[in-house]
Amino acid sequence: MIEVKSVVKQYGRKRVLDNVSLKIEKGRITSFIGPNGAGKSTLLSIISRLIGRDGGEVYLEGQLIDSIDCNDFARKLSILRQTNHINVRLTVRDLVSFGRFPYSEGKLKVADLEHIEKALEYTQLKDEQYKYLDELSGGQRQRAFIAMVIAQDTDYILLDEPLNNLDVKHSVEIMKILRRLVRELGKTVVIVMHDINFASCYSDHIVAFNKGQVVKEGDVEEIIRKEVLEDVYDTNFVVQDIMNRRICFYY
Amino acid sequence: MKTKQKIYTLSLILLLLLFLYLALGLNPVIWRYALSLRIPKTIALLLVAASIAFSSAVFQTLTNNRILTPSVLGLDSLYLFIQSFIVFVFGSGMLARLGENFNFIVSVAFMVGFSLLLFRLLFKGEGRNIFFLLLVGLVLGTFFQSLSTFMQVLIDPNEFLVIQNRMFASFNNMNTEILWLALLITSLAILFSLKDLRKLDVLSLGRENAINLGVNYDHMVKKFLIIISILVSVSTALVGPITFLGLLVVNLAREILKTFKHKYLIIGAILIASIALTFGQLLAERIMNFSTPISIIINFIGGLYFIYLLLKESKI
Repeated sequence: MIEVKSVVKQYGRKRVLDNVSLKIEKGRITSFIGPNGAGKSTLLSIISRLIGRDGGEVYLEGQLIDSIDCNDFARKLSILRQTNHINVRLTVRDLVSFGRFPYSEGKLKVADLEHIEKALEYTQLKDEQYKYLDELSGGQRQRAFIAMVIAQDTDYILLDEPLNNLDVKHSVEIMKILRRLVRELGKTVVIVMHDINFASCYSDHIVAFNKGQVVKEGDVEEIIRKEVLEDVYDTNFVVQDIMNRRICFYY
Repeated sequence: MKTKQKIYTLSLILLLLLFLYLALGLNPVIWRYALSLRIPKTIALLLVAASIAFSSAVFQTLTNNRILTPSVLGLDSLYLFIQSFIVFVFGSGMLARLGENFNFIVSVAFMVGFSLLLFRLLFKGEGRNIFFLLLVGLVLGTFFQSLSTFMQVLIDPNEFLVIQNRMFASFNNMNTEILWLALLITSLAILFSLKDLRKLDVLSLGRENAINLGVNYDHMVKKFLIIISILVSVSTALVGPITFLGLLVVNLAREILKTFKHKYLIIGAILIASIALTFGQLLAERIMNFSTPISIIINFIGGLYFIYLLLKESKI
């Protein structure tokens, strides 16, 4: 479980996170939704230690995150940010192999190779594994990065807008991979999402942010409701049940 | 496998050049004397090649930029400033009286001290990243350069010649005692960082990926910056400003080896740097007859390559 306790983050005078507290349950997909600048990505970066915080605490399975050794932390929790520009020319396999770095320190053993194979299989990148990243389509690239995170084999996987710039087919593919990770391997996935309908269809738990605060959290039925969403996004919403899913219409 | 073969080929070329450099023009009468001059020079060549190649390769990884060298930290300018300052205040006689040893130690101490101070001041708060450091280094470098120029135009033209000698890297007038000291410091610095070479591979993925993969990013960056500043200071104080060579050799190593692994990249860069310096020295001694300092040859070739690099990158 990840426990966030009254976390504060300030840039100059602007409070991007204002006393945020929440709990992320194990073995579920939790989605962060909310308008731009609500602090979702910032919170994700703080939980994954990419940036510091100005107040509050974050606990990973009862341990204060700052007290965990870098390498141990990388075996427990991984993060994938939305922009992943890499300056080096790598093949898909190279990138996925990097996911094993916390375990192997660069020297791959048999167990590491198995994890790499499994990650490539999971993301259906076997045929592309020797291609260079710059030769791939956006969807394949994103899957390659997800494969790296899968190879990292952490209990907690944090993803910052993994569907950014992807078409419908590739978005669905990625969400299905994530669902499988939770169902089959018992991973805990936290996603920052912009597409509310994707959040509605694939999450177990949704946290709605606005202006650096948690407005409301709960399961899909509690959050994907006209009143809640209108409050969060300040836009008119129509929410309907279509094939047992809650679908929003806001266009 | 292919990468290893390329490295073997490069080593072979280097050995050939070294042999040429050491053996060319030897005869039964002068060989002892000639070798007593050439062997220390060869050691210095290899030493400078190693420290410049190593520091530039690591620096480019830390900054995620292929057209930077540690010279943007301003250490070269600081070196010239120290030299100009000594001559300006005490006169060139002082420089001779203090001896090369003392000058070397003072220069290295100042350069390393300066960079440590810079790092300490700049890495205090969060959000101050390595690019801020580069910016400050660049500004201070220009500042020292202007100060040096200011002092250089005021002093006696004969005194200026002494400084001018130090503005260009040269292997021709070195003190062997300093050489051993430099060798010791450089080897220690490189040995100290060997175990973290694999972490450099991860650092080249950028800050966020490195942290995600369990690398203590801030610690590593600081550690490597300190090692870079030691290496650059030692090689600059030994032969003069020559960091431009780093740009050339690291990029050539990248082009030739086509690998992201620093283990190979750094060895390749060191080999290429050694080849370039040995070849340059051979050219400077045998063809130019000692009339042109090696750094002019290196800078000329390096400059051409830099332009090529810019043109190529702009096409993409």
